[in-house]
Amino acid sequence: MENPIPSIRVQPKSGTIIRWLLIGIAFLFLFLFLLLPLFTVFYEALKEGAQAYLASLTEPDALAAIRLTLLTAAIAVPLNLIFGIAASWAIAKFEFRGKHLLLTLIDLPFAVSPVISGLIFVLLFGTEGLFAPLLAKYDVQIIFAVPGIILATVFVTFPFVARELIPLMQSQGTEEEEAARSLGASGWQIFFRVTLPNMKWGLLYGVILCNARAMGEFGAVSVVSGHIRGLTNTMPLHVEILYNEYNFAAAFAVASLLALLAIVTLIAKSIVEWKTVHQEYTRR
Amino acid sequence: MKTIWKQFSVLPSFSLTLGFTIFYLSLFVLLPLSAVFLKTATMDWGALWVTVTDPRVLASYKLSFGASCVAALINMVFGLLIAWVLVRYSFPGKRIIDGLVDLPFALPTAVAGIALTAIYSENGIIGHYLQLFGIKVAFTPFGIIVALTFIGLPFVVRTVQPILEDLDAHVEEAAASLGATGWQTFRRVILPELYPALLTGFALAFARALGEYGSVVFISGNMPMYTEITPLLIMSKLEQFDYAGATALAAVMLLASFVLLLFINLIQWRTGRRYAAKG
Repeated sequence: MENPIPSIRVQPKSGTIIRWLLIGIAFLFLFLFLLLPLFTVFYEALKEGAQAYLASLTEPDALAAIRLTLLTAAIAVPLNLIFGIAASWAIAKFEFRGKHLLLTLIDLPFAVSPVISGLIFVLLFGTEGLFAPLLAKYDVQIIFAVPGIILATVFVTFPFVARELIPLMQSQGTEEEEAARSLGASGWQIFFRVTLPNMKWGLLYGVILCNARAMGEFGAVSVVSGHIRGLTNTMPLHVEILYNEYNFAAAFAVASLLALLAIVTLIAKSIVEWKTVHQEYTRR
Repeated sequence: MKTIWKQFSVLPSFSLTLGFTIFYLSLFVLLPLSAVFLKTATMDWGALWVTVTDPRVLASYKLSFGASCVAALINMVFGLLIAWVLVRYSFPGKRIIDGLVDLPFALPTAVAGIALTAIYSENGIIGHYLQLFGIKVAFTPFGIIVALTFIGLPFVVRTVQPILEDLDAHVEEAAASLGATGWQTFRRVILPELYPALLTGFALAFARALGEYGSVVFISGNMPMYTEITPLLIMSKLEQFDYAGATALAAVMLLASFVLLLFINLIQWRTGRRYAAKG
C-alpha cells in the first residue's frame, strides 16, 4: 500500500533500532517454539541412519498404524465435508432465528478437551455405557475398536469445514444464486455452477485443516482405542507406544511422517490463502 | 405459532440442509456430550463432591488453570509482538514466518510433545544448557507451560493480526503530529483498539491449553500432586475403569470450558466481530 502523498509522520531516530529489536525477538521466539521442535523431529528420526529410519516405517505395526490413520481420515473428512456444505448453505444463504445458537453449537467440539471427547463415547458405547446392552445383543464392539476411533475423530474434527465455509459464504451474499434461480436454474445447477466455484478454495482449506487434525488427533483417540498394536493403533498412538518403550529413533521416525503432513498442510494452506485473495481480486 | 422465524428466500433446500445440519449435529455432538451430564445426574452427589474436591484433584486444577493462564499470558505478549512485526514491518522470509505461525494447529500434539521433551530434557539442546544454571524444564511445571505456550501460540497472533491490518493510519499520524512519541501512540491510540482482540486471543489460548493432553503428557512426567494436569487425571481414572470419577472431573472441565466459550462469545457480540477460532 504505497501512499502517493509523502507522509509527514515524525520518524524518531530510535525507530529502526526498536524495529530490528522487535523483529529479532519475534524471530527468536518463533525459532525456539516452532522451528526448533520441527528440526528436532527430523534430527532425532534420522540420527541412527536412513536404514534404521526406513526399517521403523516399514515394520508391520507401523504400516498397520499408517493404514488405520488413512482409513480414519478417509471416513471422517468426507462426513464432515458433507456436513460443512449443508450447514454453510443453511446458515449463510438464509436468515432464520436461532442462527447464533446453532453457530455456537457447531463450535462446541473446539471447546471440549480431547480426553473428554473420547470419554463421551466410552460413556455411550463402553462396557457400562448407555448402549452397552444393545451392542452386546448384536455383538458389535465400538470402544477399543475401529468404529470408536472414527467416531471420536469425527467429533474432534467436526467444525473445521463448516467454520471455514460459513464466513466465506456469508461474505459472498446470495445475489449470484438468486440471479441463477431467476434464470431458471435448479438447486443442483445453482450449487455446482455458482456456489461451488465461489467457495472451492475455502472448501479446500477446510478439508486440509480437517484432514490434518483427523490424522494427528491423539487425546480423544487414545481414550477409545485401547492401544492394541497392529489393530487399533493410529500413527500418533504408535508414536506414544514406541516412545514409552524408549525406542526413540523409531518414535521420531513415525513422528516425522506426521511432521511432514503438517508442513504439507501449511504449504497447501498458504497456496489456498493466496488463491482466495487472488480470486477476490479478479471477481471485482 | 404465527411468528416468522425464517425470512422468505427464493433459494431452495433450506429445510433439507438445516434439517441435515441439526440431525448430524445432534447425532455426533449433542447426544454424545449430553452423556456426561446424564451420567453425572445419576451419580450420588455426595460422592461426586468428594471426587471433585480430592486433594490430588484440587492440585491438578491448580496446575491446569495456573499453567494455562501463564502460557496464555506469554502468548498474549509475544503474540501481539509477532502480529505487530508481521503487519508493520517488511523483512526477508516474512511470508514463511507468517505461514509457520499456524504450525501448532497442523502439527499433531503427540509429535510436539516428544519434540519439546527431547529439547528440554537434561541432555536436550536447550535443557543441557539450562541444566548448567540449575534450571529444570522437562518433568516440572515449567515444561507444561512450554508445551501449552506452543499449543496456544497462533491464537493471539491470528486474532490481533486482522485488527492491526484494518487500523486507520491517520489516527496514528494525528497522534504523532500532536507530539506523541512512538510509545505514547502505541499505548494510548493503538493498544485500546486491540484490547477486545487480545482478550479473545487470550481466552481462546487459555481454553485450548486447559483441555490439552497430547503435548503435555510427554513433557510433564505426570507426577501426582506435582505435574499431573486434570485431563491426565481423567485419563488415569478411565484406565482404572473408574468411569464415575472420570465423568465427574469431565463435568467440572466442561463447565469451565462453557463459561470460557460464553465469555468469548460475549466479547465477540460486544465488538460485533467473529474470529475464526481453530484448533
